[in-house]
Amino acid sequence: MSGLDRGALDGPGLDRPTPDRPGLDRPAPDRPGLDRRALAARIAQDIPEGAIVNLGIGAPTLIADALPAGLEIILHTENGMLGMGPAPEPGLVDPDLMNAGKQPVTELPGASYFHHADSFGMMRGGHLDICVLGAFQVSERGDLANWHTGAPGAIPAVGGAMDLAIGAKSVWVMTDLLTRDGGSKLVAACTYPLTGVACVSRVYTDRAVFDVTAAGLAVTEVFGDTTLDELRGLTGLELQDATGHDGEGHRGSDDTKGMRS
Amino acid sequence: MTNTFEVAVISKLRADASEAIADVGDGATVMIGGFGAAGQPVELIDALIAQGASDLTIVSNNAGNGDTGIAALITAGRVRRVVCSFPRQADSHAFDAAYRAGEVELELVPQGNLAERIRAAGAGIGAFFTPTGVGTTVAEGKEARTIDGRDYILEYPLRADVALISAYRADRWGNLVYRRTARNFGPLMAAAARTTVVQVDEVVELGALDPEAVVTPGIFVDRVVEVGERPWLRDGEFVGAPA
Repeated sequence: MSGLDRGALDGPGLDRPTPDRPGLDRPAPDRPGLDRRALAARIAQDIPEGAIVNLGIGAPTLIADALPAGLEIILHTENGMLGMGPAPEPGLVDPDLMNAGKQPVTELPGASYFHHADSFGMMRGGHLDICVLGAFQVSERGDLANWHTGAPGAIPAVGGAMDLAIGAKSVWVMTDLLTRDGGSKLVAACTYPLTGVACVSRVYTDRAVFDVTAAGLAVTEVFGDTTLDELRGLTGLELQDATGHDGEGHRGSDDTKGMRS
Repeated sequence: MTNTFEVAVISKLRADASEAIADVGDGATVMIGGFGAAGQPVELIDALIAQGASDLTIVSNNAGNGDTGIAALITAGRVRRVVCSFPRQADSHAFDAAYRAGEVELELVPQGNLAERIRAAGAGIGAFFTPTGVGTTVAEGKEARTIDGRDYILEYPLRADVALISAYRADRWGNLVYRRTARNFGPLMAAAARTTVVQVDEVVELGALDPEAVVTPGIFVDRVVEVGERPWLRDGEFVGAPA
């Protein structure tokens, strides 16, 4: 989906590009861990063939580019389509065919269109397998805050985030572990207004992957030189070590193993 | 014996957008279809701006993009209140300015609740329990209930005096088909308003639309205006948007 202005509607918690932060592909030479594209590729490995998936807006849409060609994974976009394809060739933009981020997309064989009430019924009704959202904060019990900072003067915009958060069978978060100011986005309890309660099952960050469990957050995988102790220091949370076994059912590959420290 | 029905041919066709929206009054609640620009009834909104109705409540997913459509309506000072899910966008400067100046009120509704509230109005549902928003600020002041172990909040229907929507083709009975993701809120809003006005690329003969493929049956439509084919179509075939 190259050529899209992804920054224009970047998801909450996923930094908006500015002139000195040119966007999602920015290199992060000063930061350990995975950059956005590598993280998107890592998440893509966990999406099983046959899944119906919503990738929201902003950085999670990068996951679509990383899905292996030939696998039947059906993308849902909440503005009324299943079977969404990649961005069109230049000159073939159809203003009637957009994704939830209002970026031009294409239609794949098998696609269908429907109105908004059906589209959100697919979420609430439990028909959607996975959605991947951005975040301001995720709590130890899986509460999600990703729509509003509550800051004075901020214009709130929730879109479909609350519906997705409580609707999809599995709700994953894709985010940097730390804010621009170095604070942890994983917290004991969210301080920003909530999007959904106890709804997140897994958090993919640039430093590590976390599962939300009854006993709190469990680290299932670390990237680069990151260590458990470092993660505990950065988050201030008692993180369980679950790095000893494979994450649940991802399509393991040499690439994935290479990412483990 | 005279058959009085002989002359009562049903035609919802109107000569132009101005005629179709002429009776929208000050203070009206107006639903406007579209998700971003896709499905936004720009010609009807332009006519509404020219017509002059003010103090409007706008129900739409967004609060305008760029300087046209809903954004132009806001800039013209005609909007008192916006009910929507996603007002803040990269190019929502018209709404942002009016909101920060205190000229426009905002009721923020999660997108699925917005769609379902509109659907409920059109379907005669008195209210419904939804899990969306439970435990958030959206739930404040709302009746809550636990049903089969799941928590819900009560949401009420959203009705409108007028719905302005965009479809692809219509016949004179008001049967509609849409194009791709431009469908979005159209079918829901068509049923939820006292008067539904639709702009279409093309009006076709009665019988030309495949009855199996009609998305919005004409019972939900009051007025139809043909505005001509959009620049990215030619004789119904997609040719790409002009650069």
